[in-house]
Amino acid sequence: MSAVSRSSHLSQPSHVAFDEVSHQFEDIEQQREAYVVGMWAFLVTEIMFFGAVFLIYTVYRTLNHAAFYEAHKQLDIGLGTLNTFILLTSSLTMALAVHWAQVRNRRAQIMALTSTLGLAGAFIVVKAIEYSHKFAHHLFPGGNFVYPDASIADQARLFFSLYFGATGLHALHVVVGMLVIGAMLTRALRDRDARADYIPVEMTGLYWHFVDIVWIFLFPLLYLIPR
Amino acid sequence: MSAHSEAGTPVGASPETSAVSSHRSEPSYLSAGHTLRSWLFTLDHKRIAILYLITISAFFVVGGLAAGAVRVELISPRGTFMSNEVYNRMFTLHGVVMIFFFLIPAIPAILGNFLVPLMVGARDLAFPRLNLLSYYLYLAGGLLALTAAVTGGVDTGWTFYTPYSTFYSSSQVTMTIAGAFIAGFSSIATGINFIVTIHKMRAPGLTWFRLPLFIWAHYATSIIIVLGTPVVAITLLLVVAERVFHIGVFDPRYGGDPVLFQHLFWFYSHPAVYIMILPAMGVISEVIACFARKRVFGYHFVAGSSLAIAVLGFLVWGHHMFVSGQSMYAGMVFSFLSFLVAIPSAVKVFNWTATIYKGSVSFDAPMLFVFCFIGLFLIGGLTGLFLASLATDVHLTHTYFVVAHFHYVMVGGAISAYFAGLHFWWPKITGRMYPEVIARITAVILFMGFHLTFLPQFLMGFAGMPRRYHYYPPEFQTLHVMSTAGATVMAIAYLLPVIYLVWSLKYGRVASANPWNATGLEWQIPSPPPTHNFDEVPVVTGEPYDYEHLALSENEEADGTRAAVPRPQLDPAARGGAA
Ligand code: HEM
Ligand SMILES: [Cu+2]
Repeated sequence: MSAVSRSSHLSQPSHVAFDEVSHQFEDIEQQREAYVVGMWAFLVTEIMFFGAVFLIYTVYRTLNHAAFYEAHKQLDIGLGTLNTFILLTSSLTMALAVHWAQVRNRRAQIMALTSTLGLAGAFIVVKAIEYSHKFAHHLFPGGNFVYPDASIADQARLFFSLYFGATGLHALHVVVGMLVIGAMLTRALRDRDARADYIPVEMTGLYWHFVDIVWIFLFPLLYLIPR
Repeated sequence: MSAHSEAGTPVGASPETSAVSSHRSEPSYLSAGHTLRSWLFTLDHKRIAILYLITISAFFVVGGLAAGAVRVELISPRGTFMSNEVYNRMFTLHGVVMIFFFLIPAIPAILGNFLVPLMVGARDLAFPRLNLLSYYLYLAGGLLALTAAVTGGVDTGWTFYTPYSTFYSSSQVTMTIAGAFIAGFSSIATGINFIVTIHKMRAPGLTWFRLPLFIWAHYATSIIIVLGTPVVAITLLLVVAERVFHIGVFDPRYGGDPVLFQHLFWFYSHPAVYIMILPAMGVISEVIACFARKRVFGYHFVAGSSLAIAVLGFLVWGHHMFVSGQSMYAGMVFSFLSFLVAIPSAVKVFNWTATIYKGSVSFDAPMLFVFCFIGLFLIGGLTGLFLASLATDVHLTHTYFVVAHFHYVMVGGAISAYFAGLHFWWPKITGRMYPEVIARITAVILFMGFHLTFLPQFLMGFAGMPRRYHYYPPEFQTLHVMSTAGATVMAIAYLLPVIYLVWSLKYGRVASANPWNATGLEWQIPSPPPTHNFDEVPVVTGEPYDYEHLALSENEEADGTRAAVPRPQLDPAARGGAA
């Protein structure tokens, strides 16, 4: 009979702290691969989540095209473009953070993570400014929604519902991303000998790029409606 | 099939091995701590499975009581003891609890949680903390839904159709939806955990086509969960937003469309019926091979049909909306695709039957529950085809025919399989045997009670009795009374296991490591398993259901000769820890 055993935890690369491998995994490689697969599975879930949002928006934009076209002129393309720029840059700094985590350049990694965090914060600030303008102009689809052109006020209300819904969910993801990036930053600050595994930073990077890509779709869908 | 013992390189008595082996005296997972804390904060997939077992059973009782109340109410054409409002809330409570808090999690979260790591030869699921989180999300969602039920209830039906749910209903829609929403994240967590574990944590030698079919089924289920659940999550979120902020998404006054809700809801909820039935099918494959002492006929087709169901299941949602005003052409396409989705299910049923054919079948309780499953699922599946036919569905939709159809598949199919699995793995989970005779009697009672409950519903549905109606014309009374009588019989069949399984925890015969003489890694370790499952990582050298070889090698062992058995094996010494 085939009686074979494989010893565990024995052949790890020397630079990985022993206790970073959880007991259910054989070695750090298996753990890393598990995190990668898990993260992608999670991102698939997220894609379906935002996919439904895009679908709903697309259906209603098709049904109410003229009104949506008029309503979208109320959005501030300048601020939207600025935010696109900010978020894309933050993706760059995130990618650098992942790279420097992999090559164990702790200082550079801390710099990159800090910039990412700062850019994410800037995105939220710009978004907040945009939101406050909309509130000031009674364009939030709550009790006192007022749209200048009464003939399309109802559909405009739907447009702004979708605008606030979609960008709100996205902003929520940005905030969650900031928390995770903050955790990665704390981890890097504590890890004085640069021994920590890079995979959590890489996973954070995947998530952050996803958040970025969602915006890449949201921006043209909402701000750049053709005639 | 010449996979042989050379597949793994045996490690000699190196220091590493003996270091690992010295864990051998590790206690079973049940005795690894007796404080409440050691249970509520456990990261052990087996203990989490037990937490799920207890909680899900409690929800089953709640859903069952609601069902009982509905059946009693329908004894008389003008109702017996409820107002219309209470009646609507009662059948909604039944549906919501049974679907979101019982059927969807039951097999994956209990049996799957317990068995997936064991069957792939892993020490735990990939993400134990996520697993515990999923339990608490489930609990939180469930408690929220129950709170909603006792603080006014919901009257929309489990389907939450707009605009009733968004505009007209003044019941606890928001809180109930919040409960279902949170429970959805619990399923997603479990699904991700399964996908990663199955991809990345299989024991050496355990290739995809050596995996037990239970694993294939859970893999397919997890794919559906990961792809479908987020869609219903956002949909339900929008219903709540519509109720609270009147955002207009499902409101035609603002250019919204209430029917879009149905599309999105069924985009998840049709695949969700496969979340309920696929794990059940996985159980059936395991049990049937063991009690027919044969390898599952057409293993590759049974495995592949799970994936086919997962894919095709996403393309048929429109068959719930034949009369919702979708275009005739869409209806025709959805009708055609619904016929296609029945094929993989049929493949499975044919293959199971072929497995039994010429097997040496024994009629232990798990196998009787399997027979219940096959008989009832067959009827449920075939009547699905009546409903999938555009023209017949226009007549049958919104009648008791639909109710009978889905109860045949979900209650007759999924719950019978759940019981089959619970009995089959009970010795592994608890270390005790359940009492056999009464369990067999239970299976028979269940089968008869089930038909008595739901066959009349086919008849009355066909004759035009609408579903969800409180009052009905007197000519349907006989059938309704029959159905209620059957429900009483079923209640007995569901109560009995609760009693005798709990009884067996103390008084049941102590189970050996492998009481059914089954293949499968989970049977090669002690019952109940130690906390870390495997003292040594098993190496798999053959196909999963090699019952024929098992029988052969047993004979040879009796002759004093020893065959190299190409099946999942552990060091025979490791079995010494059994008993
Ligand atoms: C064999 C393949 C199947 C086909 C072709 C099929 C077809 C259908 C159709 C056409 C309907 C809609 C009837 C109507 O509302 O007019 C329906 C309803 C339903 N089916 Fe199936 N079905 C199949 C298998 C299953 C399975 C395996 C399950 C569950 C485990 C299931 C659960 C349900 C449920 C819950 C409903 C009713 C939902 C509601 O309106 O409340 N079906 N089925
Ligand atoms: Cu369906």
